[in-house]
Amino acid sequence: MAIPRVLAVVLGRIAGAVPVLAIVLLGSFLLLEAAPGDAVDAYLAGAGGADAQRIAELRAAWGLDRGPVQRLAAYAGALAEGDLGWSSAFERPVRDVVLERLPVTLTLMGLATTIAFGLGSLLGVLAGARPGSLRDRALSLASLALYAVPGFWLGLVLIVVFAVDLRWLPVGGIETIASGKTGLARLADIGLHLALPVATLSLVYLALYLRLMRDRMAALWHEPFVLALRARGIPRRRVVWRHVARNALLPVVTMLGLQAASMLGGSVVVESVFAVPGFGRLAAEAVAKRDMPLLLGVILCGAVAVIAANLLVDLAYARLDPRVGSAQR
Amino acid sequence: MTHLISRRSLVAGSAGAAALLALPRLGWAGQPVRGGRLVVAADSEPSNLNPAIVASNGVFFVASKVVEPLAEQSYDGKDGLSPRLATAWEGAADGRSITFRLREGVTWHDGKPFTSADVAFSALEVWKPLQNLGRVVFKNLEAVETPDARTAVLRFSAPTPFQLIRNALPVVTSVLPRHVYAGSDITKNPANQALIGTGPFKLAEHRPGEYYLLKRNEAYWDRTAPSLDEIVFQVLPDRASAASALEAEQIELAAFSAVPLADLDRISRVPGLKVYTNGYEGLTYQLVVEINHRRKELADVRVRRALAHAIDRDFVVKTIFLGYAKAATGPVPQYDKTFYTPDVARYPFDPARAEALLDEAGYKRGADGIRFRLKLLPAPFFNETKQFGDYLRQAYGKVGIDAQIVSNDTPAHLKAVYTDHAFDIAVATPVYRQDPAISTTILFQSGLPAGVPFSNQYGYADPEVDGLIRDAASTIDDAKRAELYKALQRKAAQDLPLINVAEFSFITVARDTVGNVSNNPRWAVSNWADAWVKQ
Repeated sequence: MAIPRVLAVVLGRIAGAVPVLAIVLLGSFLLLEAAPGDAVDAYLAGAGGADAQRIAELRAAWGLDRGPVQRLAAYAGALAEGDLGWSSAFERPVRDVVLERLPVTLTLMGLATTIAFGLGSLLGVLAGARPGSLRDRALSLASLALYAVPGFWLGLVLIVVFAVDLRWLPVGGIETIASGKTGLARLADIGLHLALPVATLSLVYLALYLRLMRDRMAALWHEPFVLALRARGIPRRRVVWRHVARNALLPVVTMLGLQAASMLGGSVVVESVFAVPGFGRLAAEAVAKRDMPLLLGVILCGAVAVIAANLLVDLAYARLDPRVGSAQR
Repeated sequence: MTHLISRRSLVAGSAGAAALLALPRLGWAGQPVRGGRLVVAADSEPSNLNPAIVASNGVFFVASKVVEPLAEQSYDGKDGLSPRLATAWEGAADGRSITFRLREGVTWHDGKPFTSADVAFSALEVWKPLQNLGRVVFKNLEAVETPDARTAVLRFSAPTPFQLIRNALPVVTSVLPRHVYAGSDITKNPANQALIGTGPFKLAEHRPGEYYLLKRNEAYWDRTAPSLDEIVFQVLPDRASAASALEAEQIELAAFSAVPLADLDRISRVPGLKVYTNGYEGLTYQLVVEINHRRKELADVRVRRALAHAIDRDFVVKTIFLGYAKAATGPVPQYDKTFYTPDVARYPFDPARAEALLDEAGYKRGADGIRFRLKLLPAPFFNETKQFGDYLRQAYGKVGIDAQIVSNDTPAHLKAVYTDHAFDIAVATPVYRQDPAISTTILFQSGLPAGVPFSNQYGYADPEVDGLIRDAASTIDDAKRAELYKALQRKAAQDLPLINVAEFSFITVARDTVGNVSNNPRWAVSNWADAWVKQ
């Protein structure tokens, strides 16, 4: 009976996501519509200008001579048929552009989130195991310092140290250009290229998980059930891992779900610094070029990813805390 | 050696720049080597890579290695040109036709022969109807005759200055293969991304957001070229990363000032790196204050002259451009010996004179010390345009004009200035393209419809100026035509429809293993057939 219940939850969430997506899309459309200048203005800046007749031809060709309501209706109509539209910034279908960038971003985000979450909560356990100890204070101070550092600056420092001075790692890109490498060699190459951007992104977020885990654990030490456990003479190590840490993990997992959203958008700077062709940069480019279908496509994919991530988090939550599951029965 | 002189004169007058100049030494050790890969930083990826449709530096940077024009600029060639797909060109005395002799033994990258039919097709179907600059230059083009495969005769419906067409050749005459484009929607043809040209390099691969890979064209018409096997344009959107990549030896060349001016001093002292300030004479930009003449105060020439006197050009050149620029006297840059005239009214830095002119015009300082307020829109195109906007605010504040800065991103700026005219003064950077008729006269000509970017959307209208522009457009005699443009410069300096502040261009930073860098006035956007890299 367990599988149908999970399935029901998943299906319910997908159904619930549809109006959310519609609102997200409408909001993004209105925001970009409110920005002065259109895709043709952006194009002309790059092209160095054109005469009035050619400008009018371009507006007609890109459907910009129609009103916003008609354009939104046309977009929604196409979307209903699974068509994400045409990107004027890339002169290609939005679907192709988005699908090209998705794997890069998912890899980057997935690795960075995993490391930030894994290492961050682990260090948080170490700090929270003995609140107020020297180890706790050192870790807390380090995480505060890390949290205060802007991502782009951290990235540049890592570049200067590991790419320029030590020459251990590449400056940017996601793999050696046209190297002809395949299989494991190519994977290793990509790994080397991703090392610095992943390190930058995960260091920035690691601090957050560490703080959250540590503070929650410090608070838990005063809870009656922990005091009871300790009074029963259960070894401290067992109390830390089995009871305190497990309990403290709940808010951290919640954070993970929220983080999935900000990671997708918050990576613009890191992607630019490391020349990684990911989603953040694509979204920034779509706005700069006033490319409405592309921006909506990026947001749609991002929203789907965030909803999926939150669903996974909720399922994990249910496993960690039996009370969540029982409420739904 | 003529180019050495012109390269020095470009930056003459600035001691700072002279000290930083790391010119390739004469008799520089090293012989061209065949083979190898050159990795270059690219900061943008144009959506349409076709230079026959979009004549712009961003497109040319990559596309000029693949698709060739009829002629390219040169430091020492006749009329400043060196042949490419055309070997000779001649204009008829009546200005009604121009005959091009085309190169023998040229093939397209797909193996088909290049003929005069390709030139005729490109001229009539692409340059004239579709290209942003070609629509101006080839306005009167009526027909192209192809008496044989090696000859193309361009016929014009009205007298057209040969001088203009000649000057425009490098920019507007990229030739497309007729057999690929004929009968298709040219603006949507997939070959606009997967270019097919006659150039020394073929476009092998484009990974959006990552790189363009260009590979040697084994069948290039110049059998001695190219030297390089591959050119890679690596997309590096962050400027600080471009400098780091050069230092880490992961890229070998960064053109178009990809390394910010502020980093140049440091970079120039890194062993193995060289800074080139030449190779951009043909792409000179002007730093300009655009003025909205619809504003009552700004319609008064005394106020405009006061605005000009309030600007310290020396400070702008030394502090904002760190010496990599020159004070401007008018819309034609000083390197252009044909059209430039120094014989114009000047507006030296003189805040007292500016204040006197403003008083005279009837705009006395109020109780708060302010005469009037202006909306100032600095274009977001370069770091320097934004910095100059900040400078203007201070400089005008000192003479009692309160300039409020309005910052926009690029599309919003274009719309505000060129469509909505929602500005009082703006900072712009028009490009000069070897002939005032190509993209300079539209800054002065009246009656252009709203929405045309980089044109006179200032509301300035003067029948004498319009007359000069009209006459020059059909004057066939080279000397007379140049004289008309000199008259235009004098009139522009008198009237100040806009204020030319400085002329500037770009710098290239390259490893010293790269040879034949910056050896023509449009080097960054030329074909790099002779560029090489020491292994």
